Amino acid sequence: MLNINIYRYNPEQDKFPYMMNYEIEKPEKDIMVLDLLHLLKENDPSLSFRRSCREGVCGSDGMSINGKNGLACITALSDALKGDRLDIRPLPGLPVIRDLVVDMTQFYNQYEKIKPFLQNDTTPPEQERLQSPADRDKLDGLYECILCACCSTSCPSFWWNPDKFVGPAALLQAYRFLADTRDLEKDSRLDDLADPFSVYRCHGIMNCVAACPKGLNPNKAIGEIKTMLLKGKSSKNIIASDGVTA
Amino acid sequence: MTNIINANNIKTLEFDALIIGGGGAGMRTSLELAKSGLKTAVVSKVFPTRSHTVSAQGGITCAIQSADPNDDWRWHMYDTVKGADFIGDQDAIEYMCSEGPKAVFELEHMGLPFSRFDNGRIYQRPFGGQSKDFGKGGQAARTCAAADRTGHALLHTLYQNNIKEGSNFLNEWFAVDLVKNSKNEVTGVIAFSIESGEVAHLKAQATVLATGGAGRIYASTTNALINTGDGLGMSLRSGFAAQDMEMWQFHPTGIYGAGSLVTEGCRGEGGYLVNGEGERFMERYAPNVKDLAGRDVVARSMVLEILEGRGCGEKKDHVYLKLDHLGADVLNSKLPGICELSKTFAHVDPVYHPIPVVPTCHYMMGGTPTNIHGQAFTRINSEDVTVPGLFAAGEAACVSVHGANRLGGNSLLDLIVFGRAAGTFIQKELSSGGGVESASNSDIDNSLERLNKLNESSSGHETAPVKKELQTCMQNYFGVFRRGEFMEKGVAELEEIRNKAENLYLSDKSAAFNTSRVEALELQNLVEVAEATAISALHRNESRGAHARDDFPDRDDDNWLCHSVFDPNDKSLSKRVVNFAPKTMEAFPPKVRVY
Ligand SMILES: Cc1cc2nc3c(=O)[nH]c(=O)nc-3n(C[C@H](O)[C@H](O)[C@H](O)COP(=O)(O)OP(=O)(O)OC[C@H]3O[C@@H](n4cnc5c(N)ncnc54)[C@H](O)[C@@H]3O)c2cc1C
Ligand code: SF4
Ligand code: SF4
Ligand code: FES
Repeated sequence: MLNINIYRYNPEQDKFPYMMNYEIEKPEKDIMVLDLLHLLKENDPSLSFRRSCREGVCGSDGMSINGKNGLACITALSDALKGDRLDIRPLPGLPVIRDLVVDMTQFYNQYEKIKPFLQNDTTPPEQERLQSPADRDKLDGLYECILCACCSTSCPSFWWNPDKFVGPAALLQAYRFLADTRDLEKDSRLDDLADPFSVYRCHGIMNCVAACPKGLNPNKAIGEIKTMLLKGKSSKNIIASDGVTA
Repeated sequence: MTNIINANNIKTLEFDALIIGGGGAGMRTSLELAKSGLKTAVVSKVFPTRSHTVSAQGGITCAIQSADPNDDWRWHMYDTVKGADFIGDQDAIEYMCSEGPKAVFELEHMGLPFSRFDNGRIYQRPFGGQSKDFGKGGQAARTCAAADRTGHALLHTLYQNNIKEGSNFLNEWFAVDLVKNSKNEVTGVIAFSIESGEVAHLKAQATVLATGGAGRIYASTTNALINTGDGLGMSLRSGFAAQDMEMWQFHPTGIYGAGSLVTEGCRGEGGYLVNGEGERFMERYAPNVKDLAGRDVVARSMVLEILEGRGCGEKKDHVYLKLDHLGADVLNSKLPGICELSKTFAHVDPVYHPIPVVPTCHYMMGGTPTNIHGQAFTRINSEDVTVPGLFAAGEAACVSVHGANRLGGNSLLDLIVFGRAAGTFIQKELSSGGGVESASNSDIDNSLERLNKLNESSSGHETAPVKKELQTCMQNYFGVFRRGEFMEKGVAELEEIRNKAENLYLSDKSAAFNTSRVEALELQNLVEVAEATAISALHRNESRGAHARDDFPDRDDDNWLCHSVFDPNDKSLSKRVVNFAPKTMEAFPPKVRVY
């Protein structure tokens, strides 16, 4: 028997969230945590969670699985279980809409804030813009982000300053465009980040790296941005205006 | 949401154009419209980057003349016509292949991180069914790729550019049914916010169905869980026709047991299939191009190997995809996503071991029939009539460029070429005064019926078991090989399943993020799509492309060189002529299809 505890909250019925216990026979073959949630939902249709691709590429089902943020669809039950016990909670730090579903507005706003699109106002050639394989390689480890929020919601700085610190996911994307040889707005991008909070609230706690189910490294990208800021003119103002950071 | 909803107690949101679907097709359409100043909204039941397009791996096929400076879109067109087993519309295929390069370069300009050749141009890889010089010049390499994450790169790039252009999104809104006025024009949809449960009438002059595929009618599919054919369900319920619904592509390489796809690009990069005896069996079935024959051909060969006892594994019920000979470097740089998927779902590292694979339902060639402007049409008294106000694009539509079998990489191209075309057309039409008359309150109430019935249900069937029944039925009777007597059984079973699906019990009636309500409504859409598939398949008495009947093993051009059109009103099937009139060249006449 598995001892499963799932965070439940339905705003229409529940004053407070609570943990609901489910007992279920341990499946014969190893399944993913998402499969397990589907099994539970067959008996309790009211259990709500997001899912789409069921193969780790859409970023729908980030949740806290036995205390660790991850995607339910690519987390094997055998890896997740502690003994026979499994606790599943919504991603921490974001408002809960219902059960395992969190309100991601904050997270998406931060993404939009870094202008996550290529900026290049020169008239494009008739064919593609050229880019060497070496320059293209610089985008590896950056563009693959699936916006699952596992990183940002594991970051203490994000919990404490969600309105000002844009968080590891958005910063990874900020660097994705800073690193793209086709983008011509490096200076304005850096200017936008050159305040005491947007970047400098990251204290290298590395939770984000441990949490990313795609093996990406926001902390490294943030380091690169800091270096660019220090090299560029923008950095001077930051140190001056905020002694505590950097 | 427990009280009866009617036109008077829901709010109306009014738009010029409404796009149902935030996948590649929907977001390419909206991008075009965002620049136009028309009031537009994209409605998506998931946050746009969670749409199924994100899963596309191998790439987007297009003659951009990078791998081969002499490549020619006409060669691409030839391959597509042949791949379609000659029931793709040649005017549409011509349009897609010739407009393609422009559309792909636009994506690059928008920032799509394509992989590159040493000269800095976009990387292209070989895919199945690709040739040079109209089949006479050997294998072509025409599929533009961003590693093996092309769909992810494409979808995110489109979303990013929609942010840039300020597009308006209704995310996590579920479209329930079309609204029609008394003249049978489409005037928008009924939809609800999944988050709050609030129901609204979304009113529009143009409604675009970009709702993607419906692979979930089968038990084993490469498709996302959200691919439930909602757009087609809505249009069928409204009495509008669907075309070529018997044509479902089974992809040769779904991971055994899990269904996740491993891209054809694996074979493009040099991987190949082996049977239980270690034999590279495709050499026997397609001596020229072997593992890069059309998908239907490879899938059938695999099933025959398994049926004849030469499968792999304990149960001999799958075959192996061998990649280890490509070496770790190629695998890690060209197929990193596949390595990840294979380790997660097949528990094998392709650097050392072959991946167990089986043919798995992958793509719906059929859909809502449209012209190249995305305008939907239906059949009235055996004539094609456009449906004012209704458009379709992407996998939900049947324009038809894929005919009886889609070539790899042609779907992503379809999305962006025809998404863009629909956007342009709608813009022109609406700015020159086109549009539809408003629906009356009772029209709106009609479209609320299904939702009300579900919300009011006090007994009935559970969603999950009925869905399983449906998927098993489709898998058993309408799979890679089909036979009349079995299909008749299947059609009869589907009638019972429909009955159950129309009488579901929604035990949880709450408003906020009620996924059981969504799943019940999705199941009813699956039933519509499954029924159209089943009846179309039963009637097409020949084998063509993906539709393989062992009781009619040959292609029958005398009787079936045509589209099939399913009429949901009387559940009948009629024939529609295939377009053999491209604008700039002679048509490719049908010939025997060998690889
Ligand atoms: C695993 C896999 C790999 C593939 N690889 C390739 C490839 O390499 N190359 C290629 O060309 N093709 C590939 N394909 C096919 C291709 O990815 C799809 O055909 C294509 O992405 C479909 O795009 P779409 O925009 O039509 O629909 P989707 O991307 O499926 O989007 C549908 C949209 O509609 C919305 N929607 C649906 N129903 C509703 C509703 N009721 N209310 C509101 N919104 C709704 C969804 O939220 C979603 O936003 C692949 C397919 C699979 C399964
Ligand atoms: S390294 Fe920075 S971004 Fe990552 S978790 Fe720590 S503080 Fe947050
Ligand atoms: S960086 Fe990783 S954890 Fe963070 S949103 Fe992207 S994919 Fe998810
Ligand atoms: S369902 Fe898509 S990432 Fe898990």
